[in-house]
Amino acid sequence: MIASNSPAWVGRPTTDAESFTLEVNGSKRDVVCRRDTPLLYVLRNDLDLKGTRFGCGLGQCGACFVLLDGHPTPSCDLPVWASVDHSIVTVEGLSDDGEPSHLQQCFIEEQAAQCGYCMSGIMVSAAALLESNPAPDEAAVRGALDRNLCRCGSHNRVIRAVLKAAATTDATDTPDVAKAAKL
Amino acid sequence: MSAAPRQSATAEPFVSDRVEITGAGEVRIAVGKVELGQGILTALAQIAAEELDVSFERVRMVSATTAHSPNEGFTSGSMSVMAAGTALRTACAHARAWLVEAAAHHAGVSPETLSVRDGTILDARGNQLSSYWEFANQGVLERVAGGDVTPKKPDEYSIVGHNAARLDLEDKFLGRPRFIHDLSLPGQLFGRVVRPPAPGAQLLSADADAARSIDTVVSVVQKGSFLGVIAEREDDAVRAAELLRESARWSDPTPLPNQHAIGDYLRSQPAEVTPVAHLVDEAARGEVVNTIQRRYSRPYLAHASIAPGCGVACWHTNAELSVWTHSQGIFPLRGAIAKSFGLEVSQVVVQHVEGAGCYGHNSADDVAFDAVLLARETLGRPVQVVWSRDDEFAWEPYGPAMAVEIAAGVDTSGDIVQWRQDVWGNGHVTRPGYDGNIGLLGASEAAMQTVLPAAVDPASYGGGNSRNAVPAYRVRDLDATVHRLLAMPIRTSSLRSLGAMMNVFAIESMIDELAELAKVDPVEYRLRQLPDERARAVVAAAAELAGWKDRKSSDGWGWGIAYARYKNTHAHCAAVARVEAVSSVAVRNIYVAVDAGQIVNPDGLANQVEGGAVQAASWAVREAIRFDDHQITSRDWESYPILRFSEAPTVSVTLLPRPDEPSLGVGECAAGPVAGAIANALYDAIGVRVRDLPLTPERIEAAILQD
Repeated sequence: MIASNSPAWVGRPTTDAESFTLEVNGSKRDVVCRRDTPLLYVLRNDLDLKGTRFGCGLGQCGACFVLLDGHPTPSCDLPVWASVDHSIVTVEGLSDDGEPSHLQQCFIEEQAAQCGYCMSGIMVSAAALLESNPAPDEAAVRGALDRNLCRCGSHNRVIRAVLKAAATTDATDTPDVAKAAKL
Repeated sequence: MSAAPRQSATAEPFVSDRVEITGAGEVRIAVGKVELGQGILTALAQIAAEELDVSFERVRMVSATTAHSPNEGFTSGSMSVMAAGTALRTACAHARAWLVEAAAHHAGVSPETLSVRDGTILDARGNQLSSYWEFANQGVLERVAGGDVTPKKPDEYSIVGHNAARLDLEDKFLGRPRFIHDLSLPGQLFGRVVRPPAPGAQLLSADADAARSIDTVVSVVQKGSFLGVIAEREDDAVRAAELLRESARWSDPTPLPNQHAIGDYLRSQPAEVTPVAHLVDEAARGEVVNTIQRRYSRPYLAHASIAPGCGVACWHTNAELSVWTHSQGIFPLRGAIAKSFGLEVSQVVVQHVEGAGCYGHNSADDVAFDAVLLARETLGRPVQVVWSRDDEFAWEPYGPAMAVEIAAGVDTSGDIVQWRQDVWGNGHVTRPGYDGNIGLLGASEAAMQTVLPAAVDPASYGGGNSRNAVPAYRVRDLDATVHRLLAMPIRTSSLRSLGAMMNVFAIESMIDELAELAKVDPVEYRLRQLPDERARAVVAAAAELAGWKDRKSSDGWGWGIAYARYKNTHAHCAAVARVEAVSSVAVRNIYVAVDAGQIVNPDGLANQVEGGAVQAASWAVREAIRFDDHQITSRDWESYPILRFSEAPTVSVTLLPRPDEPSLGVGECAAGPVAGAIANALYDAIGVRVRDLPLTPERIEAAILQD
């Protein structure tokens, strides 16, 4: 019999709930949960930030990406204890007070999705890319998004949207990521 | 609609069942079709705005519910614009006429003198006389459309035929709650199920106490082989399910076929044999000077949506139930749930909520039923169930493995005169209610019905294995036959395009061989053999778009073309693929031309075709559900890889304008042509035909050795 492909954290003994203080989208947030609870469930259920999506629970698909100290990181298998003392930015933090950011506006203009389920994770990866490389070429965009799976086949529109965002960003704009983390 | 409307007493719905004018200057539109990620609600909103003469922004699409949406069956088969669009167009044209009549009657003028601009009713001089909004909730639309009102002519359109931004995408780019996974109902609990390790395994025992040791666990549910857990916290439901899984003992599973010889397996099984087409021409037979016979196969394919299935259910009483689902068919699902519990359908309400991309019959119905089974234990409290990634890969119903054999006969000039096509595979339909069965995984596990019987291919669904089993080329002597397997060791159902992808892949591979035999360019050969002018037009357009005539051959690069008309009655589609190939194949560019008749939302349609092309490329070169003697071994994204951003081909699409022709279903049209074009391009690059999908390095190597 092959073992079922379960996430590693579920096999461990269950510990009691503890208090944790997280820094999410620039705000301190207190939560009470077990220490090995993946950050994803804390964001979605304890902090009601539903934008970060469950895709595989195995860190393979990118749907649950958040920025951890600016780096796209799967939240589905990141224990909450390991996210304490780090800056966490979710897709909600990438918008402009709930309105589309420049990057998101480019996705809207390019109609760069079909079902849109993978888009939160893609937005996180794209924002991180533009922060570190404001003028990427197509190969750089493809490379930066390679850990994000899209099943509807929206790849080409996504690439166009990211390239458009890069080409139309005023150099004086505060990058989305820095703004979200209130840097 | 929001308030329960008066329902039509006859089978014919009232126009008010579909169209509601609100006092707030909005038009609410109810349809039975559901958003699957394909943009259908946006296209239908365009149709409504167009016929009503209101701006697109005023239209609000109401999520489908069995409580009061029109029953439009499944959202499947690329039928929504053709069927639901036509019904909505008729309803809205009548609504506009009746509202104008009401205003005319009120003012004592003739309706012919009035016009409408964005819901404002204008008199003969163009002055405002009234508006739709003044007639809100006055019963004007509580009538059956009599067919005496003619919808607009296409040359009058200002909204249909123009690009419209999808209604749902801004929410999705900003991460706003919108998916069924994001539902958070008052008192909601979280459920998880524990599926058997392999098909056919029955539950012998499980240790419920281990799961109950977690303090937020509310209930452990065991009913036959159905096993699940409910908890206050989602993470604890996942933990408890794992404890249950570790404790569970199962009987031996049933044997699975040999995945490495799937074509031989399919051809050797007991099957129901159905003729699809039969044309006898003795004279043509006499003209055959050369016959080529080839075998092709494809593996089982997963829908592999990025989100695992999710369902929510709440039993309000022992005989009153609400279900939230991303199913393609809320009415059939309602029927299957009611049947399972011995309820009347009126006791069950099924509401659609968007899920991740749906490419056919996936886990949506099953996970909804899991939620129903679990929530039975928590009367009054809703339970949300999400499948694990592992369960999603192991238990969703796959697109069936298929085998095709073609014998094509040509005359002295190389033209096709004779065609024999045999298709083997399991059926493509096990949707809820299929063939009188409940058809839900949990119902079979919970012994509410016997094991799931073999999949079928109902003609009313547009066929399964028979879909596109007849070539569109000029053939005088023809035989096409389907062999549908009577046993189903691996559960199958509908995956985007059903049998069309495999049939078209096989036909187009053969056509390329015939072109080579005739020493004619593959594009020219197709143009010569295709009798339909619209077919030739898309082939020529795809070739033009790709720069076919000026293509440069170089080592390791190849070009291929393929064509099909989806279901032989829907959209015409031709694709050119450019690949880089030596020992493996990388699809670099795809060029697609589509004739879909009248187009509602050109950018939305292009988006569908682009996505379909990338998905078909992924199927063609990468994907196969893998299994050993007993178990599915493709259980995550590493064991079922799909094309990534670094590997996805560029896709260029051209749409042939046919505004005066009826709309033709388009959502699945690219699957077959893209797969065929890639296989033909691979041959162009390396000079070897690979006839078994996927076109992996192993398959290429095997084909080279066989050559």
